[in-house]
Amino acid sequence: MNALSVSDLHVKINDSHILHGVTFDVPAHKVTALLGRNGVGKSTTLKGILGLYPGTGSVQLNGQEIIGVPTYKIVQSGIAYVPEDREIFSSLSVRENLALASRSKDNRSAFATIFELFPELDTRAAQIAGSLSGGQQQMVAIARALLNKNEVLLIDEPTKGLAPKLVTEVASALAKVAHETTMLLVEQNLALVKRLAHHVVVMDQGRVIFQGGPENLADSAWVHQMLGVSGGHK
Amino acid sequence: METFILIGITGIGLGALYFLVASGLSLIYGLMGVLNFAHGGFLTVGAFVGFWVASKTGFETSMSEFILAMLVGGLAAGLFALLIEQLLITRLYDRHIDQALVTVGVSLVVGAVLGGWFGNDLRMFPAPLWFLTAIDVGGAKIPADRIVYITTAILLLVGNWAILKFTRIGLIIRAGVENRNMVNALGINVRRAFSTVFFLGGFSAGVGGVLVSVYSNGVSPLIAGTYLIYGFIVVVIGGMGSVPGSFIAAMMIGVIRQFANYYATGLGDFVVVILLAVVLLIRPQGLLGKVRA
Repeated sequence: MNALSVSDLHVKINDSHILHGVTFDVPAHKVTALLGRNGVGKSTTLKGILGLYPGTGSVQLNGQEIIGVPTYKIVQSGIAYVPEDREIFSSLSVRENLALASRSKDNRSAFATIFELFPELDTRAAQIAGSLSGGQQQMVAIARALLNKNEVLLIDEPTKGLAPKLVTEVASALAKVAHETTMLLVEQNLALVKRLAHHVVVMDQGRVIFQGGPENLADSAWVHQMLGVSGGHK
Repeated sequence: METFILIGITGIGLGALYFLVASGLSLIYGLMGVLNFAHGGFLTVGAFVGFWVASKTGFETSMSEFILAMLVGGLAAGLFALLIEQLLITRLYDRHIDQALVTVGVSLVVGAVLGGWFGNDLRMFPAPLWFLTAIDVGGAKIPADRIVYITTAILLLVGNWAILKFTRIGLIIRAGVENRNMVNALGINVRRAFSTVFFLGGFSAGVGGVLVSVYSNGVSPLIAGTYLIYGFIVVVIGGMGSVPGSFIAAMMIGVIRQFANYYATGLGDFVVVILLAVVLLIRPQGLLGKVRA
């Protein structure tokens, strides 16, 4: 069963036609990796699903059409989003960032779970988020998305710009979360994709050019052809 | 020394009036990106409603009656601001030129309606007689009304701060000033916060309208003009969306303007414009403003 079905999604930003009929499915309780070269429309696809960029076509969450629905209602219906550049609120404290994201009045157990996953956030709860390191800010961004019960998690390049040690830390957290939720992951780090993904969607020039299992990621020729990077094994 | 103290405190009093106008403008622009030229209309509505309440109190207005006039004027301006936001602004989000045209239109309509009704002449605002007395501060005789302006501005600053710091709507407003789209992407209808900000901004402007009327020796439909221009300058210098920034900028401008007018006769406005240019060159986001995401 598909948690999310995207069909013929078109997005125009100003006069530029960015997505040209993107179509793919995100199976429930699985991790789907959305891959492609830089600038092919992966982040735009996530924003299009979320309504941050107005689009045409169809996006269904558990069979319910959400295209044209205001972003805040889409999020309330169960899609959480971790943006590419974290977009934490730098003038608010860590706790305020989390409190803002929480939709439950009694969020103590949710906070406890988050602090178990990211103990560093507990010790830095009163710290202004803008003064955190890049890795800590990424933890806040992921934690915000995990505070509520969600159907689908959209995560855009969670390891971008992080030091190798932090990549491992963030990857471990995502691996724990991946067991419990449906995830649509945009990620350039192929090692992380191979570790997490059950399903792979490849985009090029605003279109989907491949959908299938992650086995191909082990084939370096396929990876080079599809993604323009070296990776995998012959 | 007495002159120095007198000019300084008078400048702070004037700055307090600028702050009352600017705090709402700052939050409205910072959160919604709305360049609200109707803010002068909110101030005028608050001034006239306050005038009407104060006029009902008879020949001599007591301090409590004056405070009531201020609160009712603020409330009326806040509700008027909310009405304008719901009727007009909600249809024009992200259409900046249309917003500017519509809000200028609202301001002109308010001025014309009140002018047609009451005329454009100043009408004496019934204020407590205590306002005409002077208070001795370090040998300087400070007009008592200045103390009221400063106290009111501080109370509104603290009130705004408490709302922004300790309530959920305040948290949403602070986050929205930084990154409106991300607030939406957390499942929060940021437009509810817009209405709150319009009401708070209108309330401050209405209270400011009553005090500006006292400072200007009367109420008139034309009363908002100069204060609105100074309000915009305060917002730019203080930083869009920063209420404390507006407070600091308003005090700076009030004091600098008064000193410049005293020591370099008539150059007060010129010095303020130079200050604006310097801030824009050195720190375009304003004293406490943030570069927007």
